[in-house]
Amino acid sequence: MEFVLPAFAGIITTFALIKRVPVFDIFITGAREGFATLYKIAPTILGLVFAVSLLRSSGAIEVICRAAEPLAELLGFPKEIVPMALLRPVSGGGSTALLMSVFEDCGPDSFAGRVASVLAGSSETTFYAIAMYYGCVGVKKVRHTLIAAIAADLTAVIMSVVFVRLYFG
Amino acid sequence: MLNYIWSFLVTGSVVCALLLGNTQSLSQAVIDSTASAVELLMTMAGVICLWSGLMKIAEQSGLTDIFARLFSPLLGRLFPRLDKKGAAFKCISMNISANLLGLGNTATPFGLKAMQELHRLNGESDTASDEMVIFVVMNTASLQLVPTMLATLRGSSGSAEPFDIIVPVWLSSACALAAALLIACCGNLISRKRRL
Repeated sequence: MEFVLPAFAGIITTFALIKRVPVFDIFITGAREGFATLYKIAPTILGLVFAVSLLRSSGAIEVICRAAEPLAELLGFPKEIVPMALLRPVSGGGSTALLMSVFEDCGPDSFAGRVASVLAGSSETTFYAIAMYYGCVGVKKVRHTLIAAIAADLTAVIMSVVFVRLYFG
Repeated sequence: MLNYIWSFLVTGSVVCALLLGNTQSLSQAVIDSTASAVELLMTMAGVICLWSGLMKIAEQSGLTDIFARLFSPLLGRLFPRLDKKGAAFKCISMNISANLLGLGNTATPFGLKAMQELHRLNGESDTASDEMVIFVVMNTASLQLVPTMLATLRGSSGSAEPFDIIVPVWLSSACALAAALLIACCGNLISRKRRL
């Protein structure tokens, strides 16, 4: 699978050569537009990284986790994964670090390890995606995007437990 | 909405750190966060510029038309008001293809381009259009056929079968996507009725 990226780039270039497109000139124009996009999303990214690192260092996550653990156990959700599930929507790097610690503590092929894997594979860093995509065009009223995205995250949390139970018995 | 969430994250963290006595690490986080934001931006800079360039080539050579035609039966239903030969539709198709292949970072530049096209079609308004809601929601539910990153992490942690979680991942993502699209489409229908 490591070859997908170069193959993708190769196909694009070869196809353009066959169609006699001035490949490199157009590449430069496009890459310049990329910089303009980056300029537009930079403040959004900075603001989010700031807020999320405050959240992680304040100890708030641990407090919420301790409160949520009894509820998680009641629902049959492995309590080792609660911190990861909570951090997943706001921080990709943070939740990957927590995924690795679940693997270390319980093993990747344990029930908790499998649920954590499925959750990581079926959810996204929702708030980053929303803030970045809307931030780059200056849209302020996002309407029902947030509700739909939170519904997706919750569904992924519930379904990862359900499907791991069903699939691995 | 994002205003409230962001303010809540910031003020909530400060209050929490005061109560728990974590003020030292909080001050450090304020300083470190700017550096890690710039680091993240620099990583993204390369990816975004490179793939914006390649996307431009694909656009000019007509390769994106082929992708758009491939996805038009499916995406046409989700975006009935979009012109199937338009730039927005092509960018959305490229974004979905990259997502399906598990090229998360590569999908972002295509997605940003798609948003810019949708924004233009929406008359540069500061309110999200129906299409934008559906498109962003599709990107917040993780669609991917091969979770390469995940399998690599599992393998390096000593999993006997790094890929054995793939079926539950598909099923769980499909449910998440279905839930998100259902709410997004219902929301669009309701607001369209209200406008009539």
